[in-house]
Amino acid sequence: MSDFFTLTVLVGTLASGIRTAMPYLLAALGETVGQRSGVLNLGVDGVMLLGAFGGYYTVLQTENHWLGVLVGLAIGLGMGLVYALVTIVFHAEQGISGIGIFLFGLGFSDLLFQELVGTPRPIKPLPKVEIPLLADIPHLGPAFFQHNLLTYVAFALVPLTTWMLMKTTFGMNVRAVGENPQAADSLGVSVAQTRMGAILFGNTMAGLAGAGLSLQLAIFQHNLTNGLGFIAVALVYFGAWRPRWVLAGALLYGMVTATRLRWQSLDIIPRGASDVAAMAPAIITILALVLLASRVRGPAALTKPFSRH
Amino acid sequence: MTTSTPLLELRGITKRFPGVLANDDVSFDVRTGEVHALLGENGAGKSTLMKILFGLYQADEGQIMLRGEEATITSPTSAIEQRVGMVHQHFMLVPTLTVVENVALGLHDARKLRPDLDAVGARIREISEEYGLEVDPDIDVWKLSVGERQRVEIIKALYRDAELLVLDEPTAVLTPQEVDDLFVILRQLTAAGTGIVFISHKLHEVLALSDRITVLRNGRVTGRTVPAETDRQQLAEMMVGREVDLAPDRPIVETGPVRLSVSGLHVTGDRGTPAVVDVDLDVRGGEILGIAGVSGNGQRELAEAIAGLRQLDRGSISIDGADTTGVTPGMARAAGLSYVPEERMKDGAVGEFDVAENLLLVDHGDSRFIRNGLFDRDQIETHAARLVEEYAVKTPTLHTPTSSLSGGNIQKLIMARELDSDPLVILAAQPTRGVDIGAAEYIHRRLVEQRGEGVAVLVISEDLDEVFALSDRIAVMFDGAVVKIFDRADATRESVGLAMTGVV
Ligand SMILES: Nc1ncnc2c1ncn2[C@@H]1O[C@H](COP(=O)(O)OP(=O)(O)O)[C@@H](O)[C@H]1O
Ligand SMILES: [Mg+2]
Repeated sequence: MSDFFTLTVLVGTLASGIRTAMPYLLAALGETVGQRSGVLNLGVDGVMLLGAFGGYYTVLQTENHWLGVLVGLAIGLGMGLVYALVTIVFHAEQGISGIGIFLFGLGFSDLLFQELVGTPRPIKPLPKVEIPLLADIPHLGPAFFQHNLLTYVAFALVPLTTWMLMKTTFGMNVRAVGENPQAADSLGVSVAQTRMGAILFGNTMAGLAGAGLSLQLAIFQHNLTNGLGFIAVALVYFGAWRPRWVLAGALLYGMVTATRLRWQSLDIIPRGASDVAAMAPAIITILALVLLASRVRGPAALTKPFSRH
Repeated sequence: MTTSTPLLELRGITKRFPGVLANDDVSFDVRTGEVHALLGENGAGKSTLMKILFGLYQADEGQIMLRGEEATITSPTSAIEQRVGMVHQHFMLVPTLTVVENVALGLHDARKLRPDLDAVGARIREISEEYGLEVDPDIDVWKLSVGERQRVEIIKALYRDAELLVLDEPTAVLTPQEVDDLFVILRQLTAAGTGIVFISHKLHEVLALSDRITVLRNGRVTGRTVPAETDRQQLAEMMVGREVDLAPDRPIVETGPVRLSVSGLHVTGDRGTPAVVDVDLDVRGGEILGIAGVSGNGQRELAEAIAGLRQLDRGSISIDGADTTGVTPGMARAAGLSYVPEERMKDGAVGEFDVAENLLLVDHGDSRFIRNGLFDRDQIETHAARLVEEYAVKTPTLHTPTSSLSGGNIQKLIMARELDSDPLVILAAQPTRGVDIGAAEYIHRRLVEQRGEGVAVLVISEDLDEVFALSDRIAVMFDGAVVKIFDRADATRESVGLAMTGVV
């Protein structure tokens, strides 16, 4: 235990917790906007897997990270179009459609991987971007200011998402159609278009989160996300549909995960208990959900398809 | 001055829904500066007619003329563009948005990055001042009272320069004082030239406010008149299509012993805040005690506590002398309570069950209906047939799913089940809400009949007409407390209405 409480190890763990939180945060912010508009997307994990493979494969072929990120975004956008078609145009049940998207993403990303790559081959990891001056501060620098660009982007998107939801016309419409779509419709706000926009945003973020994950780990394998997308959906509830609380949830999750890995490598957790420890983040999230569940009410129209008659 | 063309003219509007002719050749017009009331029972087709005007439905036949020209209204947006405003029966507000945001919704295209909320707020203040529509633009709508929410709805319409304002049952949710305030506002609007369609099924309001009255029944116009030439009785008969008895005769009854006693009752509501605060009530056999109050002032929690459906924090309840504090619903029934709940489709009947099954709900354990450990279908049907007959429940068969009956018939079915058990105490919450006049008349007669048989009756109602028609005494609830109990003889609409706002 005393090995853990050395400054270098603590700083390392902190940095790794922040990095780990990045894909959760991106996916959960996207899902927050989707849910605020009244659409639940349980397919986040599937979209992430597709984005993860797309990003990985692009970098494997071109060694260009930004092209990889772009492909992740594009795949997310494409899957968003599919999900919008299914849920907005055809009014399909959202829970089941999302599971369908997840299964498709899980299977198809693996199929492509087997066909195009076969055995896992590492790629060049995302480069670190050191923030001038700040990165040189002892301890704080390595913990906060020596991350890859996507990590900074994810954190910057927290206030940006809040701003979009609370201050822009689009965000106001999103909140309205997620709460009382009839009211929005009666004032000429297009419920379909608004939800479509929110779905596209959410899925694009999921695609980005996937690419971020594979490029950060510099690898792809079968089911790389390992349920990460579902945790992201849970984080939206945990965060009571507010970006800054979603951030808190993502950080908590990242920190618990990083600490567990560090303790395992330091043999603080006995070998036999490592499976149990692996469940810790999920258990903590579930506990938090149970405690919060009764206190905060979500968007009133969540999961409810809208039609005028 | 010559008669100018009306602001709105609906010509021969017909609208069919599967199996229902909701509007049948309806013509209706509104001139600038007048209030034209549309009066009719639930289901008469009032909302449908106005939804056609507002572009939410399309008419199958007929024309809409606005300012003398034929108008096509395909969506709420096109109605708004043609300066038609609507305050819907169920408010069209987003509770989690502020007042300004609610007004600003739809004003700007989403391509405009940010709504100009400051400008909208300033204009709201102007409108507020001009028409006495007081409301704080920056507050979240969920924090507003029902009366304030309605003002926001009116502001929404005026902001969009409505010349024709439709108010669908605007008074259903208001206290008598709020109704008076609303009428002042509406008169100011007509004075400024707005034409108003006022939809209601409350006779005295229609008589008090309107310039003209059109009555709708089963989708057809059954009467056109003006207040000076008619009265409540006549309007009621146009609505129902036959003679009606607005207030049942209440013979003098010798009151008996206290059958229901509530003392020092404290109950917590769903939000975890106190809902019922130190309530004392005694109801004697042969007496109807009416509880008046705007909904949400603890009536529902009080009823549920008495019925054994809600935990109580403190205090005691007894039925016919037996302590029923904190008992289960079954034990309260065994002590002699019958309960007609407020939410009839949620707590009073099971929609998917058929009529016979719903009539059996409280007696399903009764040995009369069981043979060899299974339900005795014949006995159940005989029992159901007798109740359906006795309580005039209109149903195609005993095996019709209850959810397909009208509100009035579902309520009669619940009354049949509840009264058949020879109760000592009847607790009826909003017994005629959403029920047609015919069924309401019938339900009132039955309650008065029970009173005559020495039953203690507690009626909770938001409808002052109902409270006055039935009660021997009137208790008023406000903010969880019984603020005043009137003897029927001393109560006036004004004094009770005032008590409903907490002023005593
Ligand atoms: N969307 C709809 N689909 C089918 N039937 C409807 C619909 N809207 C109203 N109705 C039916 O049309 C009739 C008139 O209803 P409505 O206009 O709401 O009456 P009111 O407002 O006078 O109470 C009722 O029988 C109602 O059940
Ligand atoms: Mg109506």
